[in-house]
Amino acid sequence: MDFLRPASWEEALAAKAEHPTAVPIAGGTDVMVEINFDHRRPEYLLDLNRIEDLSAWEVGEDSVRLGASVPYTRIMEDLRAELPGLALASHTVASPQIRNRGGVGGNLGTASPAGDAHPALLAAGAEVEAESVRGSRRIPIDDFYTGVKRNALAPDELIRAVHIKKADGPQQYSKVGTRNAMVIAVCAFGLALHPATRTVRTGIGSAAPTPIRAKAAEEFLNAALEEGGFWDNGKIITPSVAKRFADLCAAACNPIDDVRGTASYRRHAVGVMARRTLTWTWESYRRTDGTTDQEGSVA
Amino acid sequence: MRVNFTVNGRPQEADDVWEGESLLYVLRERLGLPGSKNACEQGECGSCTVRLDGVPVCSCLVAAGQAEGRDVVTVEGLADHARQRSCGGSSGVSLDEAKGWQAKGTDSQTGEGAELAPIQQAFIDAGAVQCGFCTPGLLVAADEMLERNPNPTDADIREALSGNLCRCTGYEKIMDAVRLAAARQGEAV
Repeated sequence: MDFLRPASWEEALAAKAEHPTAVPIAGGTDVMVEINFDHRRPEYLLDLNRIEDLSAWEVGEDSVRLGASVPYTRIMEDLRAELPGLALASHTVASPQIRNRGGVGGNLGTASPAGDAHPALLAAGAEVEAESVRGSRRIPIDDFYTGVKRNALAPDELIRAVHIKKADGPQQYSKVGTRNAMVIAVCAFGLALHPATRTVRTGIGSAAPTPIRAKAAEEFLNAALEEGGFWDNGKIITPSVAKRFADLCAAACNPIDDVRGTASYRRHAVGVMARRTLTWTWESYRRTDGTTDQEGSVA
Repeated sequence: MRVNFTVNGRPQEADDVWEGESLLYVLRERLGLPGSKNACEQGECGSCTVRLDGVPVCSCLVAAGQAEGRDVVTVEGLADHARQRSCGGSSGVSLDEAKGWQAKGTDSQTGEGAELAPIQQAFIDAGAVQCGFCTPGLLVAADEMLERNPNPTDADIREALSGNLCRCTGYEKIMDAVRLAAARQGEAV
């Protein structure tokens, strides 16, 4: 095994181009587990810790450019106002020690359907900034996940940053597990209200081969909110609308039975989380007239 | 490969390090510092917790090469780290001192005669140590929280220690110990 230690982003891209099988390592919270357990013996490890730029973020007009290695701890503590859904999701990641090392770039690179960041990214709307010596491109988050632990990156590409839309309304995140800390999601759900466009977006984790949006549920809710004038009158969402939304979110799942839960439990739980997060975000929207909810809670 | 880094305030060098090796392995097997414990090797248990550039991390998930040029504090250097924090000025802890470290005595007098960080003394006084395997990680994590947050609520303590598993104590004595250390820290100011 070779340990490649590029001092700059350009060096990292050159190394990845020369050794496309090199495994990038930043927080190490996925990669080191695989090495410790002898599940993986990469020919090259590509350490990204020396590239300081990857741990920085910029808050722009409409979006946040989040460096691939910004630790979850920083997202929780410093980006709660701009990225409330992702901040809540970050807080559910493992433990303080893991949150001090792991970041969204690693979640995307591993592309596990259970990655905690994915539902929040899908709900907020995001683009992955991928780069190789051939050039840079932005991959819409909806096109990024291509299969179980597979993503749209080319072998010579590295994730440099994620561009996430700043919240224009309340966002929520919910995750089911046996305890609060150190839990791989049985399933997870992210919801973002976008009052500026009068739309909602969803994200579902651990309930399909990849993280997914519940698009039929979004379309139903968008139409129901529009027809009822809810965005303007701020009325309580009728239980029948909430139930239909929850049912459509559950129907969007394509889960499996595994050690963490059964497929039918996952479908049920996603429906419950959809209804709850809709209630929480809508109550927040009514109360604050659409400004960002900063309280948040995890079910 | 060779790894140069600072451990408990002193520059150290580890040779013949395998590229896939963890920082935990380097500390225990190459530098002879077995204070950080090796249990789950997957970041679940927190017994290998060390400070990396001041930040608590699971040393089993840090690749050895990632520690190059960086600053590590292990449980062996905790007393020195705490003294430095309160009084300033320290020359660090040599490997020999660190290897020879022990809490002297094996009864209720345990700890007397050895230099202890306040959090270590509090663990002894509160009876927060049973088999002791999780203790080093808990000490490092709790000490870092008290550095950041001198007046923690119970919820703060639980959250700060949520990445450290103890299979003996049920955590109540550990909570007592951290509350005790926080109270003593408050009195000292």
